[in-house]
Amino acid sequence: MWEQIAANRRKSFVLVAGAALLLAALGWALGEYFGGQGAGPGGVAVALAVWFVMTMVAWRQGDQVFLTMSGAKKVKDGDLPQLRNVVEEMTLAAGLPRVPDIYVIDDEAPNAFATGRRPETAAVAVTSGLLKTLNRDELQGVIAHEIAHVRNRDILLMLFAGVLAGAIVILAEVGLRGMWFGGGRSRSRRDGDGGGQGIIALIAVVLMIVAPIIAQLIYFAVSRKREYLADASAASFTRYPEGLAAALEKIAASPRKLASANSATAPMYIINPLKRAGKAAANATSTHPPIDERVRILRAMGRSSFAAYDEAFRQVKGGRRGVVPGSALAEEKEAAVRGASGDGPVLRDDPLRRERARQVDDFIYRADGWQRIECPCGTVLKLPADFAAPRARCPRCGRVHNLQGD
Amino acid sequence: MIALLIVLGLVVILVGWVIGVYNGLVGLRNRVKEAWAQVDVQLKRRFDLIPNLMETVKGYMNHERETLEAVTQARAAVAGAGSMDARMQAEGGLGAALGRLFAVAESYPDLKASTNFLSLQEELASTENKISFARQFYNESVMNMNNKVQMFPGNIVAGIFNFGNEKFFEVDDAAQREAPKVDFSR
Repeated sequence: MWEQIAANRRKSFVLVAGAALLLAALGWALGEYFGGQGAGPGGVAVALAVWFVMTMVAWRQGDQVFLTMSGAKKVKDGDLPQLRNVVEEMTLAAGLPRVPDIYVIDDEAPNAFATGRRPETAAVAVTSGLLKTLNRDELQGVIAHEIAHVRNRDILLMLFAGVLAGAIVILAEVGLRGMWFGGGRSRSRRDGDGGGQGIIALIAVVLMIVAPIIAQLIYFAVSRKREYLADASAASFTRYPEGLAAALEKIAASPRKLASANSATAPMYIINPLKRAGKAAANATSTHPPIDERVRILRAMGRSSFAAYDEAFRQVKGGRRGVVPGSALAEEKEAAVRGASGDGPVLRDDPLRRERARQVDDFIYRADGWQRIECPCGTVLKLPADFAAPRARCPRCGRVHNLQGD
Repeated sequence: MIALLIVLGLVVILVGWVIGVYNGLVGLRNRVKEAWAQVDVQLKRRFDLIPNLMETVKGYMNHERETLEAVTQARAAVAGAGSMDARMQAEGGLGAALGRLFAVAESYPDLKASTNFLSLQEELASTENKISFARQFYNESVMNMNNKVQMFPGNIVAGIFNFGNEKFFEVDDAAQREAPKVDFSR
């Protein structure tokens, strides 16, 4: 478990170094192409400066921007006790130093994500649809997956990878446009200066076309790998792979699409919010592995450990290469799979399901500033925050409630 | 002169290595302590929730005097346990007694309809989960520590500075291993 974090750090370093080299090479080629011979180092400096500024911007806006963008509302102490309990349970299982902040997004599409570069500032967000469709074990599986992202430092890794890929894409774009409009002093001034310039120009063009593609492929590959690892961690936290497997199926089966997701935020969610259900074929440009494959791996696990996940992974994928770093497998304690907690399937007409849905809705209304009036006849009136009239009439018994009085 | 320098260099490397291993062991031991503190917090929480539960349940379950008394006695045993071993055993007994109480509560529809009981049930079931998840993490930390203490060549440093093996928190009884089943579906 600790080894896995260490392996992750090494891998992040290699990845960042590799992509930084790619960025530097692109900068050099652009410098040589547009600045004339000998301007390569200047180009490298410009490329690194672009990267540095982008990293600083991403770092400064930090974790909050993501929560704001998705319209998440913070769950305070005492609200939604079951969700809070499940998050606390998984915090203990992962040994995080602090319980992450909990947010709920008012969206019927079931999904979840985690943010926070450090475990100390982490937050998990779930949609109201997720809370209404999953039972306790399934919710636990999803939360475990998100907490695993926090524990494995995936958010930091994806931030670095994302910014690097972004910087490369932007530079290549600028370069290609410059070329299109006839820039490139090397060509206009020193035509026929010899083959050297021609070769550099060719390398520059190839780099401008290839570098962004490579950068994005690296990014997607890393993203998919982190998803598998978070699934493996979730199974080892909960000791119940079936919970996450069932949750993934339910989330995938939902026809609804998350309103607040876009391509920048997509890799953060537990399943890709932009892909239509069922059409999630694996290819090099997806941020998430196909769901049915994730489910099959989880279901093939005989025990709940990283080793068991690795076995199941190889069995389902049919290859010899696993997904968990070998050093993490060596030091781990084997653990059996536990039974279901007894929180049965969430049925359509289940009173408990209704109660749960009501709790979630009440929370959203309260967070939005709605006013709640309990009429003596048993009806509950819910009034929006901008409800201006001084009185409201109960639609059932006709009693008039004075809103200023209290 | 060169030989002296080589010897000196080797000594520096050795001392550096010993310091590294020592600090690593201290870090692991602190992690074990921290993990145990988390288990302890949850055990205390369960202990504190029980009077509240008894108060809620009493009115409905008059015929289950024995089950209720078993819980009260198990709680007293926890409070009275002196040594660590005795405490762990008593905690196991308390978990089992609570499990039986919730199993019996299934046959009292009035009780199950009480929102007070339902929220207490979620609270206790979650505390039970938290105990087992904290225990899971504690045992993992202990195994990490013990591996470092026992494996060569770290065991030499561990021996010199008296780092011992830490104790696992295992629940022996098969019946106790299961967290009390809480069924919301019926």
